[in-house]
Amino acid sequence: MSLPRPVIPTVLAVLMLGCWEWAVRSGRVDELFFPAPSHVVEWCWDGLLNGELLSATWVTVRRLALGFLIGVVLGFPLGALCARVRWINDTLGIIALGLQTLPSVCWVPLALLWFGPEESAVVFVVVMGTLWAVLVAVRESVLNVEPLYLRAAQTMGSGGVHLWTQVVLPAALPGVISGMKQGWAFAWRSLMAAEIFVVILSGFGLGSLLHAGRELLRMEQVMGVMGVIMLVGFLADLAFFSPVERWLRRSRGLER
Amino acid sequence: MDSPGSQPAALTLRNVTKRFNGASGPLTALEDISIDVREGEFLVLVGPSGCGKSTLLSLLAGLELPDEGEIRLADSPVRGPGRDRLVMFQQDALFPWLNVLENVTFGLRLKPGLTDDERRESARHYLQLVGLGNKELARPHELSGGMRQRVALARSLAPNPRVLLMDEPFSALDALTRDQLYGDIQEIFTKRRKTIVLVTHNIREAVCLGDRVVLLSPHPGRVREVFEIDLPRPRRINDPALAALAARVTESLASHLTKGALE
Repeated sequence: MSLPRPVIPTVLAVLMLGCWEWAVRSGRVDELFFPAPSHVVEWCWDGLLNGELLSATWVTVRRLALGFLIGVVLGFPLGALCARVRWINDTLGIIALGLQTLPSVCWVPLALLWFGPEESAVVFVVVMGTLWAVLVAVRESVLNVEPLYLRAAQTMGSGGVHLWTQVVLPAALPGVISGMKQGWAFAWRSLMAAEIFVVILSGFGLGSLLHAGRELLRMEQVMGVMGVIMLVGFLADLAFFSPVERWLRRSRGLER
Repeated sequence: MDSPGSQPAALTLRNVTKRFNGASGPLTALEDISIDVREGEFLVLVGPSGCGKSTLLSLLAGLELPDEGEIRLADSPVRGPGRDRLVMFQQDALFPWLNVLENVTFGLRLKPGLTDDERRESARHYLQLVGLGNKELARPHELSGGMRQRVALARSLAPNPRVLLMDEPFSALDALTRDQLYGDIQEIFTKRRKTIVLVTHNIREAVCLGDRVVLLSPHPGRVREVFEIDLPRPRRINDPALAALAARVTESLASHLTKGALE
């Protein structure tokens, strides 16, 4: 008789957390450096009750969603333009390639100068993280569309807008989605870096909460926030990217 | 090669020349090609690789334009791709993001003056014609190579083009599937009397399917000889009479190739 699949991971997790808890309680590990899991959970619970954690998560997620959305909305048509128009690709395309390699937290000093310590400064940094990754991915996927599909569609009378919406975009979709996923990851990292790096007066996000934990020497807070950051990323993947990618792979026969 | 006066030409090629910029300078792919494709005729262009037969088909499809000469469909010059000349490619070119029915409907959707119901009905009709009426909702990847090529055939027939162009559509299939498709194509051809231009390097296939076989020789591509094939249909690929005719075409090709080498 075999065990149900969730049993082994659960047992292992409980065992690991138990060892960790025991190591701290028995004084083998300094609580100050490495707080017990029960303390981390306790802090998270308090944070939930007094609303601090939820409001910080909301502030961060809102910035992220807004910046990501702007980045995708801008990156999509610009990427398509780069794929289509030679001189745009020779200018914007090259700049995008360069900026894509730049960690977008590097934009923080300029963003603060241009926008002041406001919401728009953080959102700008998130946009810079998303935009170039999406632009480059859209361009590459459009350029890599199987030419045979285009020829077949053209002989059937497709062209112009119809060709783009009915053939080029569906054919490029898998690449576009993985570009969005990469853009999302860049945006998430750059937002955390920005929030830890500077105090933005307009909102107290997860990064600021983590930074505050550091200043107060409350490592259970730091760990708790780290946990929440992972959770948000995980949930975004679970709620959006994973289902979309699985659907794409299944419907096109890349996975059963 | 003028067509007999009684049969109007569906497609006319007059002194068509096509050049490409190769790695070692300009390359003449086709030189001075003149062919009349009769209405309702199954014409096969056959030749070894490098004879420009696929280029010729691209020209007929309007995907490329000739450098010299003219191609006319009935009375109007061919200046680009169009629904009146649909193409079956070597690979099926089915769209993986659409199911079988949607793939067949794709071309129909671009045809004005039809309701959605009529489009669907027409697509179903052609899927049944190629024996895949029960596969409407399947995705292309769920089908075998032969089935996919059948869907591609239904897709090119559904908008009822004036001319069906086939670019070696059987070459990637196994022998059994291929023989079956020869039968299907001939049946559809005799039933519908569609004008078909097929490009192939397989001489037996050419003789099996064509009313006329045009032999092209390479470097540059030129028309060498035209064979009228008047064997009764349906023809079977293993028919001895067919094999004898194919042997004649092969001989002729061989003689042109050696002559070409001596020139």
